Amino acid sequence: MAEVKTKGEVIVNRAAIVAVMLALVVMLTPILWITATAFKPRNLATTVPPTVMFEPTLSPFAKLFTKRSQLREPVEQEVYDAAPWWEQLVFDGGEQVVRNKKTGEATPSGFGGRYLNSLIVSIVSTVLAVSMGTITAYGFSRFRVPGEQDWLFFILSTRMLPPIVVAIPMFLMYRAVGLYDTHIGLIILYTAFNLSFAVWIMKGFIDEIPREYEEAALVDGYTRLQAFFKIVLPEALTGIAATAVFCFITAWNEYAFALMMTSRNAQTAPPYIPSQVGSGLSDWTVIASGTFLFLLPVAIFTFLLRNHLLRGMSFGAIRK
Amino acid sequence: MARIEIKGLNKSFGASRALRDLDLVVEDGEFFVLLGRTGAGKTTILRSIAGLEKPDSGMVKIGDHDVGGWTAAQRDVALVLQQYSLYPRLTVRGNLEFPLRSKTRKFTESEIAARVEKAAKTLQITHLMDRKVERLSGGEMQRVSIGRAIVRQPAVFLMDEPLSALDAKLRESLRVELKRLHSDLGATFLFVTHDQVEAMSMGDKIGVLRQGRLVQVGTPSDIYERPLNTFVARSVGSPPMNLINGRMSGGEAQIGAFRLPVSIAGAVERPVTFGVRPENVTLQSGAPVEAKVFDIEDQGVIKVLTLEMGSDRLHVTVPAGTKVGRDEMVRFGWKPDRVLAFDPDSGMNLALA
Repeated sequence: MAEVKTKGEVIVNRAAIVAVMLALVVMLTPILWITATAFKPRNLATTVPPTVMFEPTLSPFAKLFTKRSQLREPVEQEVYDAAPWWEQLVFDGGEQVVRNKKTGEATPSGFGGRYLNSLIVSIVSTVLAVSMGTITAYGFSRFRVPGEQDWLFFILSTRMLPPIVVAIPMFLMYRAVGLYDTHIGLIILYTAFNLSFAVWIMKGFIDEIPREYEEAALVDGYTRLQAFFKIVLPEALTGIAATAVFCFITAWNEYAFALMMTSRNAQTAPPYIPSQVGSGLSDWTVIASGTFLFLLPVAIFTFLLRNHLLRGMSFGAIRK
Repeated sequence: MARIEIKGLNKSFGASRALRDLDLVVEDGEFFVLLGRTGAGKTTILRSIAGLEKPDSGMVKIGDHDVGGWTAAQRDVALVLQQYSLYPRLTVRGNLEFPLRSKTRKFTESEIAARVEKAAKTLQITHLMDRKVERLSGGEMQRVSIGRAIVRQPAVFLMDEPLSALDAKLRESLRVELKRLHSDLGATFLFVTHDQVEAMSMGDKIGVLRQGRLVQVGTPSDIYERPLNTFVARSVGSPPMNLINGRMSGGEAQIGAFRLPVSIAGAVERPVTFGVRPENVTLQSGAPVEAKVFDIEDQGVIKVLTLEMGSDRLHVTVPAGTKVGRDEMVRFGWKPDRVLAFDPDSGMNLALA
């Protein structure tokens, strides 16, 4: 709708747009840089001044997913021609893909497995935290729970301590019970981190849903559980989406515990990417390509839920 | 069809007692209106009958069954609320079908369609069937929620101020429709309201509630003509009944320096609170008492005068054509047979005590 604005408002409006643009430049430049570097040939990655125009290549990704070693002498033309495109890209960089002596199979780097671990752990822990959080919040919202305020405070209090403080005892406990370096171990950890958050956020959303809806359903011949699924859940979808995005981001980005509690089997991507900095001469293009791929799921997830988020971010402001 | 019987119902929320030893009987097929102010316990009674609230003690019977241990779903009652009574995200049709699709009732698709069709026709909402409920007006919403109640053909209808959120005109037309619906369905209606006009115009019987207790139950004319105490007397009628402190003396009412005739049988000398409805006070040139007109409120059909009579103020309704000005002195009397006497301390109607 067209609004009538005074001159002052127009100026404020323009100033706000400029401020937002500046903020966006500051925040998006690193992402642009990472994305650009992920597609650069190695020799252009660290030039001063930075190379802006270049021919994009997939060689950083080819290197990211394979185990490589330095070529001592240039590769023979026949071997080069016979190699698949991704191996040629590795040859171009003066390296060769390490192949299994017996089978001749290319040896993959750790990245693919770590990335998969990240997906498994983040998705499962998000689903668990959000579903448990929603049900718990529903209980607190709709029933008279003895000591309700104390319980809620207790749940909140688990977030009052930086989790890393308990890392050492957790590590010892995990080793003792055999959860060290397992998917389930990380999933339990991340679910626990996110659960209190999910309960509090979801309680806000569910409190906003008039209980008359469910009571009407109860009178209409439905059980409490049916009423919950048919009436409350659809209404709470916005809140669930917002909560899920936050939980997913927390689990996906978590670094310290992933580094400490896992090694070969269940390690996630965050500790893996920086570990590549240390091995030999850092190839920044490979690190950038790993980071680029790591950015994608959160971006996609958030994009898919954007409609819910727009309403959900203004916590609890649902239409009545 | 069913009779509702409540015995010794108690319910507290924390420190506040919502219901105190409440007894209530709604006969089969009756249109019973519970009248009470906010917090009188009206809604708690409805919710206890519907099974949404568990009473602390007491018995609720619907038909021949003690439904104390029954869930809301098992009780076969319908509930119409003031607001939030429709399921969002569903169309009107979806809302009407919703109660029929419950697993506790097994209806075939054709049966569902037939019942929905019939309810929609009864309430004249057939043109709205595919609309989302958030795009309905307030009156349409309440029609649909009444529709959702009648598709199940329950034995008992519970209505919690269903008309309060509507504007005055709509309220009136829905009032008429609800009464017609009641006589068509022949079901038991328990209707809760704080609006005395609604109570008087709709109820076969009215129950006046105060602080979780039922003060008086009776037909609208019982309540209006023979209130049990001053609370009931002031609960119905607009403007409310005049209550004036005075004395019975020599078969006459003595109010300050004024004396007015009354026809109360067996009257003894004692202090009394006289109750007289505004329409039973008459302005006449030869009437016994003189008072000053303090305020005039012209309501079109009638004028409501406020008379100043010593320290008391008295509401009087007179025909709109009456010529009278503010601060004018007028003479008035009352209809002696329509004057009630209440005990000034307990507020009880002396004729019924």
